[in-house]
Amino acid sequence: MGYTITEKILLKHTKLKKIHPGEFIDVKVDLCLGNDITAPLAIEEFEHAGAKKVFDKKRVVLVPDHFAPAKDMKSANHCKMLADFAKKYGIKNYFEIGKMGIEHALLPEMGLVLPGDLVVGADSHTCTYGGLGAFSMGVGSTDLAAAMISGECWLRVPESMKFIFTGKLNKWVGGKDLILHVIGDIGVDGARRNAMEFCGPVIENLSMDDRLSMCNMAIEAGAKNGIIAPDKITAKYVKSIKNKARPGLGKIYHSDEDAVYCQVKEYDARKIEPLVACPNLPSNVKPVKAVKDVPLDQVVIGSCTNGRISDLMIAAKILHGKKVKQGVRLIVIPGTQKIYMEAVNMGLARIFVEAGGIFSTPTCGPCLGGHMGVLAEGERAIATTNRNFVGRMGHPKSEVYLSNPAVAAASAVKGRIAHPDEVI
Amino acid sequence: MTHKGKAHKFGDDINTDEIIPARYLNTTNRAELAKHCMEDADKTFASRVKQGDIIVGGRNFGCGSSREHAPIAIKAAGVACVIAETFARIFARNSINMGLSIVESQEASARIRKGDIVKVDTKTGIIRNETRKESYRFEKYPPFMQKIIKAGGLMNSIAKKKK
Repeated sequence: MGYTITEKILLKHTKLKKIHPGEFIDVKVDLCLGNDITAPLAIEEFEHAGAKKVFDKKRVVLVPDHFAPAKDMKSANHCKMLADFAKKYGIKNYFEIGKMGIEHALLPEMGLVLPGDLVVGADSHTCTYGGLGAFSMGVGSTDLAAAMISGECWLRVPESMKFIFTGKLNKWVGGKDLILHVIGDIGVDGARRNAMEFCGPVIENLSMDDRLSMCNMAIEAGAKNGIIAPDKITAKYVKSIKNKARPGLGKIYHSDEDAVYCQVKEYDARKIEPLVACPNLPSNVKPVKAVKDVPLDQVVIGSCTNGRISDLMIAAKILHGKKVKQGVRLIVIPGTQKIYMEAVNMGLARIFVEAGGIFSTPTCGPCLGGHMGVLAEGERAIATTNRNFVGRMGHPKSEVYLSNPAVAAASAVKGRIAHPDEVI
Repeated sequence: MTHKGKAHKFGDDINTDEIIPARYLNTTNRAELAKHCMEDADKTFASRVKQGDIIVGGRNFGCGSSREHAPIAIKAAGVACVIAETFARIFARNSINMGLSIVESQEASARIRKGDIVKVDTKTGIIRNETRKESYRFEKYPPFMQKIIKAGGLMNSIAKKKK
């Protein structure tokens, strides 16, 4: 009986000869990650345990990105905890403001994650790196503390689910729509504890940005990880990074022909149009065209889901020469400093500002109702982010719709949820 | 271990944004987090909950973010145990790692009503609803998890392993 790509990566990170779904195992981690919300708890646990050093100074990553640049004094103290900890224990991969980016946009871009790696992060969207053909999963702060000390993490080997996308992508449809379609189909616990493997001709032609965006939202279906087998597109992406500390293309694994899946789903991409997830669950998915007359107060384009350069290029294409509807706030947030500079050099930042939007430094800020665009009571936003739970972006009586960058940009122009074809 | 307390009922897909909204994540102070426990699902919960009470949720309890502040807030609010039809993955591992009792039982989740007095016995795998004079069974933790729980959480468990 064969193994899935997820099982192969897990097996390679144990001393075991074989593993099977449902089994609890300890795995060696290639990298562990924390941010300014989750790392402070982990640091407290680390110090409480009396640990003297981290297992490997190069394999711990700390990114203050959620409430950074610090939104208030308490957040400033948390960010400082990360800086102090990094200094004290010689953590190489600590990213201060100026180098900082949204963690899941930053790590792939820095070449810190390669295909075949096993990454745990105290952030639920750590599953993003499955886009590179790595196994990565979100864990908690205690897990992070334990991983920083021991270089290990416990987990239950997940059952794998296969999602095959056939056909061809429609205009204005991206990875975000594919994953929203899946979540709409199987529900927010449809893949609970499982591995979601995405494949098929559509995925084979999908850009790395779109792949990362898809795997990013595997957690919104309750999954442990999302994963896409590495191929030519992966190799090209990894080659373009040039991280001297991590030469090579990583370790390439593919699922065996006779690998076992607990569920196989096939979708015809030709039937998938631009989608929105309506309040208050990411599974409450409808075609944009079916959502009529939903006026908006705010539009957010960014986040670990859709804050990469291709996302900003799509948004700029729609906003070029247009104006944001009076009374609507457009907030555009590039994922990293590199993306920021690219957006400036390509003239995208100018397009956003001339349209009447703002162009911010990288931060998770508004996605979790932290800062840089918190919603008031009764306000409504469309965002390219990943969650629309009650109170996610601010007041419990505010509402969030999730979409791809094209839909969000078109909606900013119209002042209501709109299809890109209505604008361009 | 047994827990006995009054049940507080919640629905399906109770997410970590409802359990502890992000606006309170600029602190790790247990007492402060407890004050806002379940705030966006039930504003009055934190003021009503008593030491030893039990939360009863539906499907996929604790979905969303990885914030360990969620089980911390629940435990610090005095809640002894959370019963749900199912738990979201990260919430479940966080609870086990930091020592909050959680048990999955579809029957208990469906049958227990608000205000019922409920007794959870993690040793026998039986939930006794004293108000309704009913019992429900639940699957005990697999041995791997029991080891972590017995050690008093993950940090103690890895400290033991090292020795």
